[in-house]
Amino acid sequence: MSGSLAIETRDLAKRYGSVVALAGLTMSVRVGQVYGFLGPNGAGKTTAVKLLLGLATRTSGTGAVLGEPLGSRGARRRIGYLPELFRYQPWLGAREVLALHCELAGVERARWEREIGDVLATVGLADRATSRVGTYSKGMQQRLGLGVALIGRPALVLLDEPTSALDPVGRHDVREIIRGLRQLGTTVFLNSHLLTEVEQVCDSVAIIDRGRVVAEGTLDELLRANAVRLRIAGLTREGRAALARYGELDGGDGELLVRGIDPERVPELVADAVRAGARVYSVEPQHESLEERFLRLLGQ
Amino acid sequence: MPSLVVAREILREASRRKLLFALVALTLVVIALTVWGFSRIADLRTGGQPLPPVQQTAITSQLLILVMFMFSQAVMLSSAFVAAPAISAEVESGISLALLARPIARAEYVLGKWLGLVALLAGYGIGAGVVELLAVRAVTGYAPPHPIEFLAFVLGEGAVIITLALALSTRLAGIVGGVVAVIASGIAWIGGIVEGVGTAFANDTITHVGTATKLILPTDGLWRGAVWSLEPAAVIAGFANAGPAAAGNPFFAATPPPSAYLVWSVAWIAGVLALAVWSFRAREV
Repeated sequence: MSGSLAIETRDLAKRYGSVVALAGLTMSVRVGQVYGFLGPNGAGKTTAVKLLLGLATRTSGTGAVLGEPLGSRGARRRIGYLPELFRYQPWLGAREVLALHCELAGVERARWEREIGDVLATVGLADRATSRVGTYSKGMQQRLGLGVALIGRPALVLLDEPTSALDPVGRHDVREIIRGLRQLGTTVFLNSHLLTEVEQVCDSVAIIDRGRVVAEGTLDELLRANAVRLRIAGLTREGRAALARYGELDGGDGELLVRGIDPERVPELVADAVRAGARVYSVEPQHESLEERFLRLLGQ
Repeated sequence: MPSLVVAREILREASRRKLLFALVALTLVVIALTVWGFSRIADLRTGGQPLPPVQQTAITSQLLILVMFMFSQAVMLSSAFVAAPAISAEVESGISLALLARPIARAEYVLGKWLGLVALLAGYGIGAGVVELLAVRAVTGYAPPHPIEFLAFVLGEGAVIITLALALSTRLAGIVGGVVAVIASGIAWIGGIVEGVGTAFANDTITHVGTATKLILPTDGLWRGAVWSLEPAAVIAGFANAGPAAAGNPFFAATPPPSAYLVWSVAWIAGVLALAVWSFRAREV
């Protein structure tokens, strides 16, 4: 396991009886990255997070978090975690919940007051710090959960669907908090099915489906143009057939879409079209949105 | 120490959720009623004459055993229903997710829960028991012969039930664990009577069945110790005249439990607590 990696897993698998929750997860998250972990409901995202924390035990595979074995006390000392099912002691106030987590996280007592004050201000709960959690709305509880995850200035923050209960203002706040964490050099593992959220804040993304990573890379790598649209005239049937070796063709004379083409081969495609007697008026790279890429991957 | 933090949170929850208030308020009502009842013993007449002091003492001691039986049942029921959801409710609600993601071992979490519950039991049990005994002494002048041992035996019963319910809480929903713990303590009580009946009729098979239940769940064995602690020597001597038949009475004990049984009870608690830790270590949350 490399020291520059915050998370590294190899063939990490989890089965519940005959049900496969995670089927061989292999991924690497570099220190300081904001890493998006995308997938549809039931893809195994939360299971993966629980395995990283040791809240569930792996069936097979290996992994390390912050250079320590999965679920080890040493790793958990440096991790902040917002669960998907966020729930905190309803009989305590927010300040008390945060103090409890300061204590469990081993934060020096002299630092508690400042730490708690900063966190409350960051998540926007400073004016409700002494109210009982039981009186909080769901969104406020999720803000508190985010605050709990920030306690102790962890090296790695695991956020499992961190905006599921938040309004647009809250979602914006969370994005700002994540950007702030990145500036501090904190690694953020963002588990989400909200593609726009991931697209806006993540450096790298893994797309998971049915317990497996189906695509992984930086957003640029995942979304770079891999299709071109040609405005073309005089393309014969034979000429069109000759272009099929560049990718999946859609359309024909007039407008032709070529999917799955290596961007390096576009000039060659144009040359072949001209050689076949066609006139090419324009060549437009087609960029996919993360949503289109996501849906295409899951449709495969 | 993470265990002490978890234990403190048990006490804070009991206080914030008004469990302590409810227990104290109801206990004070019960103490007031029973003390009033004890105060009326001096007014009892037979043939127009007050009862002789020996008879008054005997009645007071027997009534105190009945009241304390109710007290021990209240302790056991409260212990079962407070301990049974102590872990399962946090797992079901999701509260445990954020807690167990912290650098705290599962063993520390379970041990902390147990310590908090036992501290709650001790605080309530000693407080309520001492107030009841002092109040009875104030109105009747009667003090049981072994009050400290009595409290220790009742707290031991509570600790056994807390440990059982907590172990069940690592796997079962709170309501299920509570019901199982209460029924188990009822079976153990019946087992104690069965043992007494076996002894009274010199039937070894029945006696062994009863003994086995006292070993499987040592609540009734400890209850017999509590009864013995409350009996004046004259009452023990009186029952002894009844011969082996007295053994069938669940409110009488001629002798305290042997030391080996007390050692067994402590080992039982340690063993079931270890089982709870083992069970929760393997539990996925």
